[in-house]
Amino acid sequence: MEKEYWRWPESKWTSPDIDWKTGDIISAGVDVGSVSSQAVVLVNGKLFCYSNFRTGSDSPESAQKVMDKALEETGLALEKIHFTVGTGYGRVNVPFANRAITEIACHARGANFMYGPSVRTILDMGGQDCKAIHCDERGKVTNFLMNDKCAAGTGRGMEVFADLLSIPIEEMGQLSFKVEKEPEPVSSTCVIFAKSEAVGLLRKGWPKEKVLAAYSSAMAHRVVELLGRIKVEKDFAVTGGIAKNEGIVKRIESELKMEALEPQYDTQIAGALGAALFAKALVEKERGLR
Amino acid sequence: MLAHYGYKDGSGDYFIVIDTDKCDGCGECVTACPYGVLEVGEEENDPFREEPVARVTENHRKKIKYSCAPCKPTSGKKPLPCVQACSPDAISHSW
Repeated sequence: MEKEYWRWPESKWTSPDIDWKTGDIISAGVDVGSVSSQAVVLVNGKLFCYSNFRTGSDSPESAQKVMDKALEETGLALEKIHFTVGTGYGRVNVPFANRAITEIACHARGANFMYGPSVRTILDMGGQDCKAIHCDERGKVTNFLMNDKCAAGTGRGMEVFADLLSIPIEEMGQLSFKVEKEPEPVSSTCVIFAKSEAVGLLRKGWPKEKVLAAYSSAMAHRVVELLGRIKVEKDFAVTGGIAKNEGIVKRIESELKMEALEPQYDTQIAGALGAALFAKALVEKERGLR
Repeated sequence: MLAHYGYKDGSGDYFIVIDTDKCDGCGECVTACPYGVLEVGEEENDPFREEPVARVTENHRKKIKYSCAPCKPTSGKKPLPCVQACSPDAISHSW
C-alpha cells in the first residue's frame, strides 16, 4: 500500500497520579471535529485522561470511539461520569452528552486552563476551520471570529500538501525551514488553487522544501489577516493540530511580532478540555455550589 | 462580547458584528431585516448568560455576502435596516 503521508499520530493519555474513585465531580468533554475527535475526562477539575483520534464518517460513532479509547484501562465506566458536554462541528451528535456548547466557548475555556489566565488571544487552527478568539482572565470569550467557509489555513490543507510533496506530516514544520532564503508565498489562499500552484512550482524545478516554505508562509499570512479583525493582545497561544507545526507557528509569530506560549498539553485537546470544564461548572450549578 | 458572524474568502471579509454586551435581545433587528438573516436566541458562546441575544441564523452565516447584498446597492446606498433598527447600537457590518 502506498504510504499515507498525511496520517498524523493518534494518542491517548491517563494520569498516573489520580484515582477517579476519589472524585466528587467527574466531568467529561467530547469534541467531534471535522477531521479529529477528542475526549477529555476531569476528576475534580484535574486532567485524568484524554484521547485524540481521527473522526470517521459517522459522528455518533466517532464520539463513542474516542470516549471508549480515553476510558480504556482506567477502570472508569461511562455511567460514572456525572456530566458530559459535547462540542465541535458534530456536537449535537454526541449520543451520551448532557449538553452541547459551541467550540468557540470551549476553546477559550480550555486554553485558559492549558496556558493559564494570562492568555488573551487564541488562534485555533482546526481540521477544516480557523478560529480567532479574544478572552478575559477567566477564559470568557470577549471577541471571536470563525472562518469555516474556506479551508485555507487549516489542518486539512496541510494534509493535502503532505501527500502532494510526499513528506510525513510531522516533519513538515522542520523541513519548511530548510531553505536558503524564504521564497515568496504562493499567491492563492484556496487549498485547491495553492495545490495546483505548487504543482507548477515543482515542475519548474523548485525543491520540495522551497515549495513547502512558500505554502507555509502563505498559510501563516492568511491566518494573521484573520487575527487582525479581532484585538491581538498578549499572551498569545495557538491550539489545534497546526499548533504542532513549527513551520506555521514560527511564521505566524514573526508576522505578528509576538511569541506564542509554549504548550504543556496536546494542543488538539483544547476544545474537549474546555467542554469538560464547562461540564464541571454545570454539575456545580446543579448541586447549588455556584 | 463582539461576535463576528460570517466569513473571509478570496474576495474579501464579510462579517456582521454583534456587540452582545450592548444587545438587549429586543428583536427589533429581526423584524427590520427583510431577508431573515437575524434571530434572537440563547447566547451560544456564553453558556452562563441567561438573557437572549441577537445572532445571525446558522443558514445565512456562510452566504452573508449574498444575503445582505440587496441592502447594499453599489450606488445610492441607504442606511442598513438592521443597523438603523438597533437602538443600543449593537450591530455593525464589516463591508
